[in-house]
Amino acid sequence: MQALSIRGLAKTYSNGVQALSGIDLEVPEGEFFALLGPNGAGKTTAIGIITSLVTKSAGSVAVFGHDIDRELERAKSCIGLVPQEINFNMFEKVFTIVVNQAGFYGIPRRAAVERAEECLRQLQLWEKRDAIARTLSGGMKRRLMIARALVHRPRLLILDEPTAGVDIEIRRSMWVFLREINARGTTIILTTHYLEEAENLCRQVAIIDRGRIIENDRMSNVVRKLNQETFVLNLRDAASAPPDLPGYAARLLDDHTLEVDVSKDQGLNDIFARLSAQRVEVLSMRNKVNRLEELFMRLVEAPAPVRAGVA
Amino acid sequence: MAATPLPRLEDAPAWRIRWVGYLTILRREWGRIIRIWGQTLVPPAVTAALYFIIFGSLIGRRIGEMDGFDYIQYIAPGLIMMSVITNSFGNVVSSFFGAKFGKHVEELLVAPLPNWLIVCGYVSGGLIRGLIVGLVVTAVALFFTHLPVAHPFIVIASVVLTSIVFSLGGFFNAIFAKNFEQISWFPTFVLTPLTYLGGVFYSVSLLPAWAEKLSHLNPILYMVNAFRYGFLGASDVDVGIAFAITVAAAVVMFAVVVTLMNRGTGIRE
Repeated sequence: MQALSIRGLAKTYSNGVQALSGIDLEVPEGEFFALLGPNGAGKTTAIGIITSLVTKSAGSVAVFGHDIDRELERAKSCIGLVPQEINFNMFEKVFTIVVNQAGFYGIPRRAAVERAEECLRQLQLWEKRDAIARTLSGGMKRRLMIARALVHRPRLLILDEPTAGVDIEIRRSMWVFLREINARGTTIILTTHYLEEAENLCRQVAIIDRGRIIENDRMSNVVRKLNQETFVLNLRDAASAPPDLPGYAARLLDDHTLEVDVSKDQGLNDIFARLSAQRVEVLSMRNKVNRLEELFMRLVEAPAPVRAGVA
Repeated sequence: MAATPLPRLEDAPAWRIRWVGYLTILRREWGRIIRIWGQTLVPPAVTAALYFIIFGSLIGRRIGEMDGFDYIQYIAPGLIMMSVITNSFGNVVSSFFGAKFGKHVEELLVAPLPNWLIVCGYVSGGLIRGLIVGLVVTAVALFFTHLPVAHPFIVIASVVLTSIVFSLGGFFNAIFAKNFEQISWFPTFVLTPLTYLGGVFYSVSLLPAWAEKLSHLNPILYMVNAFRYGFLGASDVDVGIAFAITVAAAVVMFAVVVTLMNRGTGIRE
């Protein structure tokens, strides 16, 4: 069963901007799916169409088999949306916001109250249930939007940059929570600017750029497509010149920091062996950038015809 | 991959989702009316009291009778209806535009509710505020004058229908409004003049022939007179025609507003 099936989806806004140019996308049930792309790529437009906040120009969308042109209400029943921008009534109480949302999905009052409590406890907002929404911190507001999106127990949860602007601790606790609800069977589509987040959470990734899907594969396959990674090594002793590493592009960033490009067919053991032979001691090592980020930058910076070919 | 089968909300009967959804919109609107009672319920009572003091007690005594009734008695139904009209309109325009402006209208747009039901929810909110304000102003009126009820059904039917029409008007205004200035434009330049010229303070039979004919183009004249007929048994217009016009206005406006919502005008890109 496909949680989401998109065929030839296109959107041209009234000002002539073509946000989507006929994209196809399938998200299987139970998947944790990343939809990535630079600002203005078409991610939010696609999500807007799926959730009926934006009208499409062409194509079809089905959510768990319910076509949004023929069975819009059933399709909507399956979806929980955490939008990019805060969109609850700032003057309402936290508890009221969540209970009302359950009501909008047809959940009777008593069950809505129970579910609201459950969701607010899960998102660690129960203590704030009587607070007026505008008094919440940024991280709490984000969590409130997640609680609100989950209150009707959607089969498909769409999160449009849910961790934007929240600190690392809250972000990581959100990751744990999202993994749990995915493990319980909820299909999740996530857009994020934190590519580390996508790599950590998602099993499938689609990259969208200028209204086209330019990559759509398992996360592991996508990362494997990287033929080069850059490592940053911290050296114990100061060096005045890069060590001799034939076959590797190595450069000193400062006298204690060495940067080395390693291609897919090369190994770190070989580098360490060579460094040890030259009595260069490495204290620590890290990736220069997140691996997915590196691929992402390559894909979106590639000339348009090449990218069209990838899609 | 799913560990536990999830309950399927999409299999629930549509009528149940719609009914609960409608009640939830209504509950939210009720909560808003009560939460800001200082803005929603008190001002109409104060304004009505001033009208009754100035136009009824002070100036009214010098005017004498109109259509066989004390002037204060004659204007009371019109003042009640004027409050109902402005508050029904104001409730929906401010609530729906506020939801658009604050983006929380999206809570409803992503929910499995048809647009006509969303319109019904907001209009019911406007109706509730209109009727509460109508009762409050009626209570104020009773401090100043005796108010007979000649035809109770006509009183109720005309106030409900008129409140629905202007709640729909408020929704229409909110759909097109892009800023707060645009939600005050229609009440200031259209609604208030039509209400004041709609026979609230005078019988149109007192006007010159051309002005009387012109007044008959004003739909509020029919609504005010039907309501007055319900209380006093006196009207400048045929009550049957007044009801026909009010019902037709409600049906046409409902169709227009739902069509605009279905097109996404003002709410979807």
